[in-house]
Amino acid sequence: MNYLKETIDSLNKQLASGELSAEKLTTDTVANIKATDKQLNAWITVYDAAKPAADLDFAKNRLAGIPIAIKDNIVIDGMRTTAASHILDNFVPVYDATVITKLRAAQATFVGKTNMDEFAMGSSTEHSYFGATHNPWNLDKVPGGSSGGSAAAVASGQVVAALGSDTGGSIRQPAAFNGIFGIKPTYGRVSRWGLIAFGSSLDQIGVMSKRVRDSAEVLNVISGYDEHDSTVSEKAVPDFTEFLDQDVKGLRVAVPREYMSDSVDAGVRTAVEHEIDVLRQAGAIINEVSLPHTKYVVPTYYIIASSEASSNLQRFDGIRYGYRAKDAKNLLDVYVKSRSEGFGEEVKRRIMLGSFTLSAGSYDAFFRQAAKVRTLICDDFDQIFADNDVILGPTTTTTAFGIGEEISDPLKMYNNDILTISANLAGLPAASVPAGLTGGMPVGLQIMAKRFDEGNVFKVADFIERQNKFYEAKPAGMED
Amino acid sequence: MNFKSTIGFEVHFELKTKSKIFSPSPVTYGAKPNTETNVIDWGYPGVLPSVNREVYRLGIMVALATNSHVLPVTHFDRKNYYYPDSPKAYQITQFLQPLARDGYIEVEVHGKKNRIGIHEMHIEEDAGKNTHGTNGFSYVDLNRQGVPLLEVVSEPDIANPEEGYAYLEKLRQIVQFTGASDVKMEEGSMRVDTNISIRPVGQKALGTKVEMKNLNSFEHVRLSLAYEEKRQRQVLLSGGRVQLSTRRFDEATGKTVLERVKEGDADYRYFPEPDIPPYHIKDAWVKEIAASLPKSAADRFADYTGKFGLKPYDANVLLQTKESSDFFDAAVAAGADPQLAANWMNTQVNGYLNDNRTSLAEIALTPAHLAEMITLIKDGTISSKIAKKVFAETVTKGTSPKAFVEAKGLVQLSDMSVLTPMVKAVVDANPQSVVDFKNGKDRAIGYLVGQIMKQTHGKANPVAVNRLLNEELQNR
Amino acid sequence: MEVTEEMIKHVAILSRLEFKADELGEFTSQMGDIINMANQLAEVDTTGVAETAQVVDRDTTFRDDVPEHWQDRDTMMKNVPEKANGFIKVPVIIDKDDND
Repeated sequence: MNYLKETIDSLNKQLASGELSAEKLTTDTVANIKATDKQLNAWITVYDAAKPAADLDFAKNRLAGIPIAIKDNIVIDGMRTTAASHILDNFVPVYDATVITKLRAAQATFVGKTNMDEFAMGSSTEHSYFGATHNPWNLDKVPGGSSGGSAAAVASGQVVAALGSDTGGSIRQPAAFNGIFGIKPTYGRVSRWGLIAFGSSLDQIGVMSKRVRDSAEVLNVISGYDEHDSTVSEKAVPDFTEFLDQDVKGLRVAVPREYMSDSVDAGVRTAVEHEIDVLRQAGAIINEVSLPHTKYVVPTYYIIASSEASSNLQRFDGIRYGYRAKDAKNLLDVYVKSRSEGFGEEVKRRIMLGSFTLSAGSYDAFFRQAAKVRTLICDDFDQIFADNDVILGPTTTTTAFGIGEEISDPLKMYNNDILTISANLAGLPAASVPAGLTGGMPVGLQIMAKRFDEGNVFKVADFIERQNKFYEAKPAGMED
Repeated sequence: MNFKSTIGFEVHFELKTKSKIFSPSPVTYGAKPNTETNVIDWGYPGVLPSVNREVYRLGIMVALATNSHVLPVTHFDRKNYYYPDSPKAYQITQFLQPLARDGYIEVEVHGKKNRIGIHEMHIEEDAGKNTHGTNGFSYVDLNRQGVPLLEVVSEPDIANPEEGYAYLEKLRQIVQFTGASDVKMEEGSMRVDTNISIRPVGQKALGTKVEMKNLNSFEHVRLSLAYEEKRQRQVLLSGGRVQLSTRRFDEATGKTVLERVKEGDADYRYFPEPDIPPYHIKDAWVKEIAASLPKSAADRFADYTGKFGLKPYDANVLLQTKESSDFFDAAVAAGADPQLAANWMNTQVNGYLNDNRTSLAEIALTPAHLAEMITLIKDGTISSKIAKKVFAETVTKGTSPKAFVEAKGLVQLSDMSVLTPMVKAVVDANPQSVVDFKNGKDRAIGYLVGQIMKQTHGKANPVAVNRLLNEELQNR
Repeated sequence: MEVTEEMIKHVAILSRLEFKADELGEFTSQMGDIINMANQLAEVDTTGVAETAQVVDRDTTFRDDVPEHWQDRDTMMKNVPEKANGFIKVPVIIDKDDND
């Protein structure tokens, strides 16, 4: 089973009519993943014994019987969950994440867990204990990260939709690199219960799919209040599909000049400018604006995310679950050896940075200062959203880079995130929608809106999708 | 050279909730290891805390009872440290925006009243328990992980160990009477850390602080502080320097022993807990809690000694625990004479509890029973002697005193038409007693009362018999 | 800001991580670059600016005080690397300072 030409709607119709059986869909999906994943390595765990839910109700549940890929930092009861780390490579959760509970209620099928950068730290899916994932557009290139496995699985047609998580761009950047749609909802829209924490004030679960509508359908299912997550909003969740098939006349679109500077590759800029022109011609009002603190978002983000991560990852200590070093003689050994052997290089770097930025003597200059600059960054957005509905720009400064190209230069890797991390710092909904190709590789257009205004993000993304029909393109890198 | 001591306390109270502070696991005492835990308590990957409202409510009660200012905005922080009983390797506590600040309580030492300041109080989670084996391993039980704690930090206002002792007694009483905690040191629901420094009189800067943690009793606190005062004075007088350190009290020798030397403060890397948004405490809620506060021990003392006319000693015995004070209040409310109720509580009832190592909550006697029995004594239906029999029945079986007295025919004989001839007959039969009485020997009456009691199987009303005998003997 | 091997060693202790001697040099220089990047924030004037620790614009919710049993002990013990009699077993806890 290959999903390149399918949508949730088309699958639902075939399942409802009996043209397709959910059992066959499941086994064919697993078989196709196994056949194609030798090229991609998009999955950490594939469930051979995957089964659709019982008593499927196709009329009530649009996702009934449809396999959805789950990033391997979201826990499923009884199913190994590793966060792509050696320290959890034998870990079997004993409870379900809230998004899983909701997908179960909607009768979706789980066929496995997708590859990622270890603990979601990275933007290339090269930092995985289970090896790098390859980009279906060009197998020598990275799929982006950290939700690179989910992105490659969707782009290659292994699944119709996937869950990812986004702390600094981990859904949008791989979506851009793989020529698919990916949305990070507003912080507080989707429960984080069961998402293995990286940066708790930034993390948000979101959806990736080829088609905008499919993400809207999945987001409808996973959003909303949850008693297990005190940071999740009690606001009512709209039907996100109602924002589709709308025109953009009169829509106020801000384009920050900092997002269209020379540091963005010319090919990427041209593709994005083209889409902005399309919007202008359709009656949208385009305003050039400024986000003056853009140059500080990378340090602000890396201080806050790493500080929170350094604390969140302390629980991986070899005591209650996960990897315990074999030769530990005393308690300190258990801690130090289990962690030093269990974590990869990039995770250790972030833990070290975070321990440093929180430590006595550094806190004021680093963590506290970053928390203040975060306020200034939020203020910049508030000002723009006073007069605009959405902010547009490229999702990334370049298209997908080569595997191995940047892994030895962490700073360069960090700077790649400059366009995506503001949405996490400010808690805004943001998505990447395909904006054509440059040099044979996909370009992403990023759309951001006010908190809890996913509606406008979907409206613009859907409009762009209807104009450029990028979903018709087939990833060029896959061998048949 | 004269020295001045500066003593401070950090007291942890376990708040009396049914479930933990950040997870719904039950709070129990003495359960099998790791049976009262869930994924939150274990710090499983992906879990998040959710705050128990009752923890705030109980904390606010204590804040109000100690004249503290409840802060309008509270926020949790993470205190990072590795230990096997700390599953997340951080404790969720309130570092910068605690529940309340700037309170005080009043203590009295040798008739002198003093106000001791409370710097702040905050709510936080307890850790699990480690048991250290002798075989090179330690064993971790996470049942206690997440039990809610209220930490009360005093100002370093306390001048001497006696005042420190008085502070702890008063604080325990205040907290106990809010009902927010069991305050049992032996079960760990009240835990005391103290610190003391001394400096030459006249010197402004405080001396170097020595800490003592988890002391077993108030008496140990007093003894260890007294020992430290003396030890530190000797160190300074001999030209030495007090080390910033933690010491422990050695019960056997009565001395404090160095446990560890501190090199500056540990680096806990506190930062705001990102998983819990702030909480704004609304005035209306604080008012509602204030209105629901149980009467304080001080107010009860005033009532007992004023309205009820009890002796301060008796009042204080009743006020030793909230349970006994509540029991007494309920008995009085049910119609018991306060003085008689106090006597019974402080002698018979307490005696029974001590002899049987039990508590008011576990015995069959209710305040209504006690009131009923006291009414029977007061209206002359039963004698004090019979009352003891009744008590023995009620306290073990919960039988109604009135029903028991009626069923067993224990009603006191007060009928004059029966008693008068009986008295005459006894005096007639004992002429020597009349002689003794005339010679001023009071014992004579006692003997005659005994005879009548014998004849009536103890049911005769002793007051009435005494009066009748007196009259009869005078008339002879 | 100069990042030295001593600093890195101290932060490694806080982090319960260790680095082999031959890794330490490269790691220190990498961390130096990263910390210097982070240090750019020093040039932002944040006088009077409030801190943003969270982007949640409401108060925490509360849970009612109702006890629930979620997982039993056998379930919780499944992932424990070493256990004994219902306890989690760890090498003996030696507080280094105890021997001072």
